[in-house]
Amino acid sequence: MAFVLEGVRLYKLQLGTLLYWFFHLTSIMWDVEIRGMASAHAIIASSIFMATVMPAVFVENFSVYGTHMVWLYCVAGSVAVVNIAVFWLLGISPPTKKHTVSYKINRLFRSCLYFILSCLFFHTVVVLYGAPLLESALETFSLAVLLSTLTTLRCLCILGPNVQAWIRVFSRDGAMSVWDTSLQITTGCSVIGAWLGAFPIPLDWDRPWQVWPISCTLGATTGFLTGLLAAPVWIHWHRKQLTYKLK
Amino acid sequence: MKLSSSVFALLCLICEIVSIALFLRGFFPVPVKSSFSAKSKVNDFPAEPQTGSGPNSSKAPAPLFKRVVIVLIDALREDFVFGSDGRRFMPYTRHVVERGSSHSFIAKARPPTVTMPRIKALTTGSIPGFIDVVMNLNSPALLEDNLIWQAKSAGKRIIFYGDDTWVRLFPKHFMEHDGTTSFFVSDYTEVDNNVTRHLDGTLKRDDWDILILHYLGLDHIGHISGPHSSLIGPKLMEMDDIIKKIHSSLISKESEGTLPNLLVLCGDHGMSETGSHGGSSEPEINTPLVLISPAFKRKAGFEEPGVLEQVDLTPTLALGLGLPISKNSVGHLISAVFEELSLREQLRLLQINGHQLSRLLQDSSPTFHKEDGYEQFRMAEKSHGSWMKLYVDGNTSEVLSNMGKKVLKQYLEALKAMSSALSKQLGKYDMYSMIMGMIFILQVLFLLLLAMPEALSREAVVDVPLASSLLSLPFYLLCLFGSALHVLICTSAGGPCYLCSLPWVLVFIVILMSSAFTCALASMAARRMSTGNKTPTKSSNWTLSELDALLLVGMVGHTLSLGSSSFIEEEHQTWYFLLNTLCLAVFQDVCRKYFREQRHRGEEEDEGPLLPSSAKEGPSFSPAAELGMSPGSEKWLALATPLLTLTCCRLLRSLNQTGVQWAHLPDFGHWLNSGDHKAFLSLLAVVSLVLIFLLVQRHCSLVSKIALALGLLGVYSYRAAVGNVLFPWQHSSRAVSKGTVEARFVYVFVLGILFTGVKDLLRSQVMSSAVDSGRLKSRGLWEVYSGVVLLVALLFRAHNLPTLACCLLIQTIMAQFIWKKLHYDAAQTTIMHYWFGQAFFFFQGNSNNIGTVDISVGFVGLESYVEAPAIFLTALSTYAGPLLWACHLLCFLSSQRDRAVMGLGHGSYCFALLRSIPAVFYVVLVTSLRYHLFIWSVFSPKLLYEAMHTLITTAVCLFFTFMDQERSARP
Repeated sequence: MAFVLEGVRLYKLQLGTLLYWFFHLTSIMWDVEIRGMASAHAIIASSIFMATVMPAVFVENFSVYGTHMVWLYCVAGSVAVVNIAVFWLLGISPPTKKHTVSYKINRLFRSCLYFILSCLFFHTVVVLYGAPLLESALETFSLAVLLSTLTTLRCLCILGPNVQAWIRVFSRDGAMSVWDTSLQITTGCSVIGAWLGAFPIPLDWDRPWQVWPISCTLGATTGFLTGLLAAPVWIHWHRKQLTYKLK
Repeated sequence: MKLSSSVFALLCLICEIVSIALFLRGFFPVPVKSSFSAKSKVNDFPAEPQTGSGPNSSKAPAPLFKRVVIVLIDALREDFVFGSDGRRFMPYTRHVVERGSSHSFIAKARPPTVTMPRIKALTTGSIPGFIDVVMNLNSPALLEDNLIWQAKSAGKRIIFYGDDTWVRLFPKHFMEHDGTTSFFVSDYTEVDNNVTRHLDGTLKRDDWDILILHYLGLDHIGHISGPHSSLIGPKLMEMDDIIKKIHSSLISKESEGTLPNLLVLCGDHGMSETGSHGGSSEPEINTPLVLISPAFKRKAGFEEPGVLEQVDLTPTLALGLGLPISKNSVGHLISAVFEELSLREQLRLLQINGHQLSRLLQDSSPTFHKEDGYEQFRMAEKSHGSWMKLYVDGNTSEVLSNMGKKVLKQYLEALKAMSSALSKQLGKYDMYSMIMGMIFILQVLFLLLLAMPEALSREAVVDVPLASSLLSLPFYLLCLFGSALHVLICTSAGGPCYLCSLPWVLVFIVILMSSAFTCALASMAARRMSTGNKTPTKSSNWTLSELDALLLVGMVGHTLSLGSSSFIEEEHQTWYFLLNTLCLAVFQDVCRKYFREQRHRGEEEDEGPLLPSSAKEGPSFSPAAELGMSPGSEKWLALATPLLTLTCCRLLRSLNQTGVQWAHLPDFGHWLNSGDHKAFLSLLAVVSLVLIFLLVQRHCSLVSKIALALGLLGVYSYRAAVGNVLFPWQHSSRAVSKGTVEARFVYVFVLGILFTGVKDLLRSQVMSSAVDSGRLKSRGLWEVYSGVVLLVALLFRAHNLPTLACCLLIQTIMAQFIWKKLHYDAAQTTIMHYWFGQAFFFFQGNSNNIGTVDISVGFVGLESYVEAPAIFLTALSTYAGPLLWACHLLCFLSSQRDRAVMGLGHGSYCFALLRSIPAVFYVVLVTSLRYHLFIWSVFSPKLLYEAMHTLITTAVCLFFTFMDQERSARP
């Protein structure tokens, strides 16, 4: 009996904490940085939503399954544009020491190179996972482009074309700022989403979304959205533990 | 009772095997069989009622047909004749069906819809159970009572042309035969021309009574390109021409005064929408059955064909030819065929059929008198008697014919009821045995799970409180309770029950063990609770790395995926997917080790004890130094290893396409075997064999190396002798032989290497120096391993040799650069080995379908079929992947004695647990899904695979235990 009472007491306590934190979240207790991040994430998420809804106005017979490639490139494009715009405006990326034009062009060129390399990398990984090599190569590559947009592009925006920084962020306990942590979460969520998206393919349900690569792209996008949503919440929750070392 | 981990795992696995066997015995219905090889005789016919007991009373009925031609078209779907395809492509047959003197039906075939069981069903009239398919993969002669045997012993002359399965099933039954093999699926014209070329000559002759033609072309087309392919039309037209030819020839031979002839057109099974068969979908089980004879009334127009069971043809044909119905036939007469006969004859035939069915019912069910059909038949027989009395008295009134019709109806109903009661017995599960097996296996699993902390501890000793529980009161109470329950169930149960038919002593032992397990479980659980409460913090500081999480998620996910029939059909996808993810996770681990450690070395020494850097081990342990390389290149090799593994897996994946959904896609294996690419296949085989030699020979002694080289040469010459590959210096095509000499040559070397290995192992026992004995033991193990590799190389088909080579390559590089260097513990290594083993099971072309088992392996090096070696070889080659990885694990763990002394015990325990969890889950799942639509086509083959895999794992664990015992014998 005492055990049960103990449980009930604990439960009440937890409920109390939950409610407390909930009000905290909605109140003014937000850190400036977290608030900035949350709004940036909200903008990106809404851009995905717009990319799903808007093309119906311009393209005939637009649907996520039917004209999947159009949808995919709309989402990839809008996420890319919004990401670049948001991070450029917010000025998250590390300040460059040199401001010469040639240095900037060099950076831009390296970023593009990294992006293409990452597309190729994702394409290779997807083929290794069993995607057909020649048949529907375009679809596979589109998935790779989407995954690169959701993961690599954000890295490029936040960290710049700096491999050392990437390795640091993606190794254990390597995050040094709120943005790093959010990057970890969204990247992980996108990749895991794409990974989980492959599971329904062998089922014999004959649904339109089981066609390669629709389930994977949907999984990646859903994972990315979840990551966007989860990152501010998670960081807020764990901000006591998250003591970032200064550079 | 204190047991070491490996012994504990072995005992658990043995208990599991026993309980799975019990479960299988309850799950697979035993075929209805009165007595296996007894045959019906002519004088078994029942006496016609009220005709006195003279010799005439029980004589066989007169035959209805003079000659019968059976045209069996493999995979003839119902709509190929009765549907729109039939109207387009089979105009003559359609005309006969609609306007001619014919009867047409849709005959339902029972799953498994595979040719051999269907032929058995058509000839014996019984329904071959699922277990029949497994037991008779090599289709030896059919010993059961069957139509062909009856016809032959009645002096009928039978001619057969077509699929040589018939020739193997009925050796020496045919006066004349020409069998075509269905081995080359890509050929769909030659197989049929081989049948048709005999037709003209045979039809002209008069020296035969039964002609059976089995056309395979349609089935082959289905396998190649499906039921909607453009090849189907011409093939059906060809078949239509053949029907026309036979029919007109039969009509021209028809003469007054003799009995009419009969032409039977039927299919053995249908064809699914993808063109395959074996399952239980509608297009697969619905086959057309058209009976054409001048004895029948002419049709006025197309009628919807009636539906009946495929086995109904057997008694109809038997009585139509005046033969006794075969003993185990469960079908009932097709009454339409006999409707032109006099009432007396019709009743007589129905009585004979009913008598045979009631006899079968009596033999197969102890509660036969409770069956409705049996009662009805008794009643019908009585009224038949009174009808006969009136008839013999010469009564010819309206009353008589009305009464006769009533008797006829009674008979038909009785036959139908008995027939369905007999068929239903096949679908009856022996729930008591199943549940007992399930309870037993669940207990074992919980025992394994509860023992986990002890089994994986440093001591690797499990304390099973068996002795204390044997002396406890609950144990005796449980025993009493169990016995009482057993008596209660066995006295009240109606159906057949395997456990009840066992001797008392055995059942009592089972009850004793079960109760002992329950008590042991309870006390272990109590102990775990008390220790768990004392040290609650212990579990919290054990952190889960990404790799651990993946391994755990993978195991759980795979186990849960077994609940879906699609995931069972496509299980290879699950494993390939998990394996790829595993490789990437390992890659991440390697990257972390080589990049991160570099940065942290020096600045963070506190990480030292957690992640011992490679510098501490000294150069002597570095594999790269072994191979004469710098540490820098070692780093790159380690980084390349997971990527190389991934590439190998991707290549192997396209070698053999398995599963169901994508099985029809062209794969590399087919391309290699297509005949035009023989030179390439030969080259690939040579490269693979050389690679196998290079990879395996490293650990062996000189003698074994030479033996291995000669053995691999023998493998190549065996493949050349069989005709798979080319000898470079021999351009003229040599006669293809069975290659017995070459195969036996290889067997000699296999035995030689195994013998050397075992000798080394035994010698290491008696050696005094621990270091020497360790080295000798390790060498002995590797030699045994290379012997197994050589045997597998012999058994694998030529296009699968790259699979073996890749397997060895991955094993070597992963062991060198990953498992040794990254300090994975025994449990992690075991799980990875298990995953690789599973993936390789599918890489070599297996699937969860019985059809992919390569039976030809059983004949390697044997002149004729010998059961024991054939089964052993087939099992070995089917499970080569898991077996090789398990052997490699054994060799690897025992060569790593400096790190993990308890590695073997841990490995063996993990292996047992990894096998038990899916097996137990699957057993429970199958029990709950036993009325699922796919239970026979998808779930039960998988159940057999699971059982077989558990058996193989037990054998491996036995070997583990032996090696572990040697370790514990020498402290």
